[in-house]
Amino acid sequence: MRLWIKAALALLALLLLFSSIYQVNETEQVIVTQFGAPVGPAVTRPGLHLKAPLVQEVHRFDKRFLEWDGDPNQVPTRDKRFIWIDTYARWRIKDPLLFYQRLRDERGAHSRLDDILDGEARTSVARHDLVELVRSSNRPFAAGEEMDSLAGEIGRAITIGRPAISAEILAAAQQRVKDLGIEILDVRFKRINYVEDVRLKVYERMISERKRVADQYRSEGQGEASRINGERERDLKAITSDAYRRSQEIVGRADAEATRVYAGAYDQNAAARDFYSFQRTLESYRETFDQQTALILSTSSDFYRYLSRGTGR
Amino acid sequence: MDFTEIKLDGDWREWLGRLRRRAGRLLLILAGLLLLFSSWFTVGPEEVGVVLRFGAYARKVESGLHLKIPFGVERALKVPVERQLKEEFGFRTLKAGVNTVYSQENFDQESLMMTGDLNLADVEWIVQYRVDDPYKFLFKVRDPRETLRDMTEAGMQRVVGDRGVNEVLTVGRQEICLAVEEELQALCKEYETGIKIEQVVLQDVNPPDSVKPAFNEVNEAQQEREKLINEARSEYNRVIPRARGEADQAVQQADGYAVDRVNRAKGEAARFRAVFAEYQRAPEVTRTRLYLESMREVLAKSGKKVVLDEEAKGLLPLMLFDGQGAAPAAPAAGGVK
Repeated sequence: MRLWIKAALALLALLLLFSSIYQVNETEQVIVTQFGAPVGPAVTRPGLHLKAPLVQEVHRFDKRFLEWDGDPNQVPTRDKRFIWIDTYARWRIKDPLLFYQRLRDERGAHSRLDDILDGEARTSVARHDLVELVRSSNRPFAAGEEMDSLAGEIGRAITIGRPAISAEILAAAQQRVKDLGIEILDVRFKRINYVEDVRLKVYERMISERKRVADQYRSEGQGEASRINGERERDLKAITSDAYRRSQEIVGRADAEATRVYAGAYDQNAAARDFYSFQRTLESYRETFDQQTALILSTSSDFYRYLSRGTGR
Repeated sequence: MDFTEIKLDGDWREWLGRLRRRAGRLLLILAGLLLLFSSWFTVGPEEVGVVLRFGAYARKVESGLHLKIPFGVERALKVPVERQLKEEFGFRTLKAGVNTVYSQENFDQESLMMTGDLNLADVEWIVQYRVDDPYKFLFKVRDPRETLRDMTEAGMQRVVGDRGVNEVLTVGRQEICLAVEEELQALCKEYETGIKIEQVVLQDVNPPDSVKPAFNEVNEAQQEREKLINEARSEYNRVIPRARGEADQAVQQADGYAVDRVNRAKGEAARFRAVFAEYQRAPEVTRTRLYLESMREVLAKSGKKVVLDEEAKGLLPLMLFDGQGAAPAAPAAGGVK
């Protein structure tokens, strides 16, 4: 009988011991409640801790940065363009007690964060033009090979930009979660994209722009080819006419020289002129007369004058 | 066998006692072994071990064999800090190998993004990273991998959103990688993920599928332009050098003509001068001589010759027959000489 009592007592002691010790992991923070009412500050130091057995209860919360991923949302921008936005946020439980009181657990927190962050994101997007959401700065686009080709809508310069809009959402959301024991570290746009039918329109625009560029290339090619062809013809004409001019000049000079030389010889005096014409005439007789030539000569000619009269007179 | 059975049957109490003693020893050995096995652990060469005591961070150990306090007092976690890890965006590798197999699924949601000029581009990329700080990696962020994916996507979308579509598709690739890398590294620090970004690498960057043919058309047009220009150039090169040569030839020919002409003129002039000088000494007789010489030659060469007396008129019609009328004249001519 005594043995049984001893055993029961030992069991009870063990039970008490275990229910008064609890372990806090590196990733956890803990609040202790006694009959539902919180006792003392949150325990954030990892390791073994003591509590009153049986009456006190341990509630564990994550200490790490937690994820929040928004639902992709279809939102109109200020310039009335429908886009999908997908946001994400990082948050953590800053005040576990407050968190426990207001939200109880992470599920509650997520549902509140959905309301707050989605709402703020919508509000912010609706307040800005699309280009403000897409661009972050006014840096000029680096010029590719075809600078003006796919111009799209470069549009106006931005005044706010994406990071500032994210910051705006973050600031507004932080304000609203202050009394929930939550801290939001960061809110960002994960994805921004056109809704389906707008996207198709954008494709069409891109295609027509590409076609324009292609046409431009083709016409540039034709133009350039024509220019080269024209150049070819011009050069050809220039070369041949220049050669003609030069050869004519050379021939002319030579002819002039020859004329001068002949004149120098034949034009010495009247006798020379006479002799030249006499000689040339005889020469040309020799050259022009042949077998086919028929000659009818009179005996009065110098050559045949002796034929009729021996004296030649 | 029989003997033993008889013994058991005979004294079962004694046997039970012996069993109890033995069981105690066996239990002790078992407990010892358990103690031994649960108090050591190995850390691989690419890993770092993190030891927790009652859930609290106690120490970090390098690769090798290590001891810990058993019975759940100390727990060891291993983090592969030396291994290069990779996240893929816009595509997924199903099975890496010599012929890597990629998922056929469509990851447009991930890869299709808006550029700064409000066009769309299809961007695929990877992020290579390493766990830099195992403590932060394990204890600071829940699901660091998903966090990394989220911030990478946000970063890429932001960077691409600040660039024109031409820039994204062509010249800006390297710069985009660097910008995203920088942004990610800063975010990793801010989020305390314990991750170090090694490299962001753009894979395929394309125009959206339905726009691709139009892009190809531009390339073709570009080729066509080059082709037309090259053809015109080659025609130019075919014609012009030849024309230059021909032009040179014409000039050279003219030069030749000039030399020829002038030389002949000079020669002929010199000849004339010489002959003329002699002629002047005896003009009358030379003249006659030259005349007669020429006439002889001419008359010898020509076919038909008719010599008419100067008194004989109206005979001409009679002479228009073809006979040997020429024959008598020839001896006559020769006779004169």
